[in-house]
Amino acid sequence: MKRRLLQTLFFALLVRPLVLVALGLHVRGRERLPRRGPAVIVANHNSHLDTLILMSLYPLRELARVRPVAAADYFLRRRWLAWAALTLIGIVPVRRGAARGEDPLAGAAAALERGDILILYPEGTRGEPERLARFKGGVARLAERFPQVPFHPVYIHGAGKALPKGEALLVPFFCDVLVDEVPLRWSGSRRGFLEALEARMRVLADSGGFPPWE
Amino acid sequence: MSLLPAHLAPAAAGVIAGVLALLAAATMVARLRLRRDPEGARELWLRVRSWWVMVAVFAGAVLLGTGASIVFLAFVSYLALKEYLSLIPTRRADRRVLFWAYLAIPVQYLWVAQAWYGMFIIFVPVYMFLLLPLRMVLAGETAGFLRAAGTLHWGLMSTVFALSHTAYLLALPPEANPAGGRAGLLLYLVLLTELNDVAQYVWGRLLGRRPVVPKVSPRKTVEGLAGGMLTTTALALALAPLLTPLTPLEALGAGLLVGLGGFAGDVTLSAVKRDIGVKDSGTLIPGHGGILDRIDSLTYTAPLFFHYVFYLHY
Repeated sequence: MKRRLLQTLFFALLVRPLVLVALGLHVRGRERLPRRGPAVIVANHNSHLDTLILMSLYPLRELARVRPVAAADYFLRRRWLAWAALTLIGIVPVRRGAARGEDPLAGAAAALERGDILILYPEGTRGEPERLARFKGGVARLAERFPQVPFHPVYIHGAGKALPKGEALLVPFFCDVLVDEVPLRWSGSRRGFLEALEARMRVLADSGGFPPWE
Repeated sequence: MSLLPAHLAPAAAGVIAGVLALLAAATMVARLRLRRDPEGARELWLRVRSWWVMVAVFAGAVLLGTGASIVFLAFVSYLALKEYLSLIPTRRADRRVLFWAYLAIPVQYLWVAQAWYGMFIIFVPVYMFLLLPLRMVLAGETAGFLRAAGTLHWGLMSTVFALSHTAYLLALPPEANPAGGRAGLLLYLVLLTELNDVAQYVWGRLLGRRPVVPKVSPRKTVEGLAGGMLTTTALALALAPLLTPLTPLEALGAGLLVGLGGFAGDVTLSAVKRDIGVKDSGTLIPGHGGILDRIDSLTYTAPLFFHYVFYLHY
């Protein structure tokens, strides 16, 4: 209860004004975002702003059900950061490079079983600004375990210019959020699923016609 | 006892009421059309609805006073510059340079609030013009240097320098404009510019035959331009005694200046958009496009009208 109140205040007073004024969004296909879980939003990742942007697209009272999957080694490293990530954002921590026998997807699977909407960045890290990296395999294994769950590709442009990895100064830019027309579901093979997802994301990125950022 | 704030002359309040009446009429027309042709009139409906929001916000700022109006206009500059910088290709190396460009906005509008004309008129064209390329040199990237410096300065001149002339109209001594009061000239300029846009569009739709600049904007026609200029000049003559110190002859000149300048601002942004390959500058204002689509004319009419009035009366 306290967590929900803090999260609502954080998004109402800080995140939304930041996203609307310091950035500003052009959303294509907002109505295609999943309204109910279990569902997965699969997005490209260039900036910490990505999560704030995607979550700000949801009404405040539905925020608690929208859970970004985030690296435990990064976000749980320091105490205040861990508190913010778990309390204000509500991340599902995953262990990158988990030891044998450990299930790195346990948290994500539990969230889907509860009916949450997951935000997943299959590039695994923010990487080079405004460039799409190869996807890691976790997303395909998750799809295999939840063949009925829809995976919605979403492409974000601009956040990597406003606040790229390694920078602390936010420079205002309008950001585009492109939601794919139909979600993707488990297709029977991990490789096939991953390739289909990457292809979808490339088409989505190209459809925006964004100039390269060099 | 008057219910009006002290800075707002009764005539100015009357003109705002007139705009609201006009908008109410436009809403009725749009609603009738929407009933007959729901698909075809959707765009018009969205446009009229956005006009309500824009008029409400602008009138609200003007009613609140000079300070609120200056802050509001600075915010418009910010949105416009942000839209411009998001639209054009920028270089990774210039990320922090762009931050400096944004900082020019509060500084430029501070000169306005202080009514420091000498600084207001040179800050962007001289100091920012010299400073930003230097900051780019410190960033160290030479590939695409000239294009980056040029596009950045063009954007700053249009969205900050040119647009801030709207705000400086509020900083002019109000004694010289007893009829319109402090906000009179600003209302006059914005009203004429926006109605000129609408008039050129409507005349173009009704009579448009010969395109003026077919390669840039095929839907801008000689008939639309002429009809718009006539309408705007007539309006300029009618409103001048209510809002400005302009004589009828001077008002005639102001009408022509706004009519022609508005057209120039419009087609200049059209050329920029065509160069980049987009139809609208954004999606901020439903039915209109982006903020630049709405204020493109103003980036020309604001400095032109300001210096015209400044030369004649201040």
